[in-house]
Amino acid sequence: MLTRRIIACLDVRDGVVVKGVRFEGLASAGDPAALARRYNDEGIDELVILDVTATLEGRRALCRTITAVARELFIPLAVGGGIRTEHDAAAVVEAGADKVAVNTAALADPDLITRLARRYGSQAVVVAIDARRRRAAGEETAGAAAYEVFVRSGSEAAGREAVAWAREAAHRGAGEILLTSMDRDGTREGFDCELTAAVSRAVPIPVIASGGAGTFDHFLEVFERGEADAALAASVFHYGEHAVLDLKQHLARHGVPVRLGW
Amino acid sequence: MTRSAIPLALADYRAGNLASVARALTTVGADVRLARTAADLHGAAGIVVPGVGHFGATMALDDVWRDALREALTRGVPLLGICLGLQWLCEGSEEASGVPGLGVFPGVAAHMGRDDESAGRSIKVPHVGWNTLDIVAASWLLAGVETGATAYFTHSYAVPPGPATVATSTHGRRFTAAAESGHVAAVQFHPEKSGRVGLTILENFVRRAGGM
Repeated sequence: MLTRRIIACLDVRDGVVVKGVRFEGLASAGDPAALARRYNDEGIDELVILDVTATLEGRRALCRTITAVARELFIPLAVGGGIRTEHDAAAVVEAGADKVAVNTAALADPDLITRLARRYGSQAVVVAIDARRRRAAGEETAGAAAYEVFVRSGSEAAGREAVAWAREAAHRGAGEILLTSMDRDGTREGFDCELTAAVSRAVPIPVIASGGAGTFDHFLEVFERGEADAALAASVFHYGEHAVLDLKQHLARHGVPVRLGW
Repeated sequence: MTRSAIPLALADYRAGNLASVARALTTVGADVRLARTAADLHGAAGIVVPGVGHFGATMALDDVWRDALREALTRGVPLLGICLGLQWLCEGSEEASGVPGLGVFPGVAAHMGRDDESAGRSIKVPHVGWNTLDIVAASWLLAGVETGATAYFTHSYAVPPGPATVATSTHGRRFTAAAESGHVAAVQFHPEKSGRVGLTILENFVRRAGGM
């Protein structure tokens, strides 16, 4: 039986983890390779490195970081943030990424998804979607809330509706959707299960839910009500020494298939 | 590592990055050499045929490669196919029906989402993630791996269970997760991305190549 994945995300700037995880007692909390090794040992199912650097210097540092992290991992590694061209994608794949996540560039040039899928296979292409609920009266479609897609780290509306864009991305060759609720991101109030379910039902490819993880029950909700194939979080791993294992045991007790006993 | 490293050839037919496969094999005691041409297979104690992406990529494994691999198999050199490598060791894939496989194992890979009879939630394709293995036959490749162990898969096509199948997984339908016949073995999942389970499997292969 296919298990539901728990994915950890490291936000990296100039080769240092700036947001995400601070394990107690770990001397080099900002060292991505040390964190990757720790996660690998704790039983995380996959790792995402999100580059929050904008400079060319930073991008060179990113590739060194990917190589250092990949050396510590025997699980899949995805890399996103600032990947604009096939050249950018090639650099991170060459450095050791198994998957490339594209966001802003895919909206500007949707054919990029197809070109990347042709070159690396759909399994290597993740389309990241940052979505926010529409609030203005009259903008909601009958029966269900509509979600607006944002680009440039959430600063700019893309003029697209999230479910429709996810469908198009899948059609163009994306292998997975990484779906972040901007309304929930950083709140620890729980994933947006309605958004996640709406996208998960609309596309034939796996959906990774992101944004809002705070408690173990939030993961349970997003797998059950949100129909997520995977859930991503960083801050939840603040909770204790064996947070990943504890979380998975909690899910298993409630009937969610997870990978235990690696 | 007290014993000397086992020389393995990793077939590099330009289908994806081989760094992670090479690193995992090195970790379990192999001396990995990238075989960029069929001639580079010469002298290897074991051969690994990896592969990700579209089955059409295996077209690069032309008659020269095929002859060299068949010759190595005749000499009893252990061979391991990974992901596309498994499908290529079978008879081919519906993904690229004009490209024949080597035909060591019977069966043709078919799209996993087609004719899905599973009830309820429709299955997602590509099949991405950690799935449980059902061990269905004795296997040197899977020694130490038990039913219920999980491995990392990422693929859209799969080969139905057949006489060489030693492990199956289920996503919609049951399919071949691992096949083995004599000294030839193959896995549909990615052992280099499957944590300790994957490293155990790769170590079993390296030991076999080393005559252990």
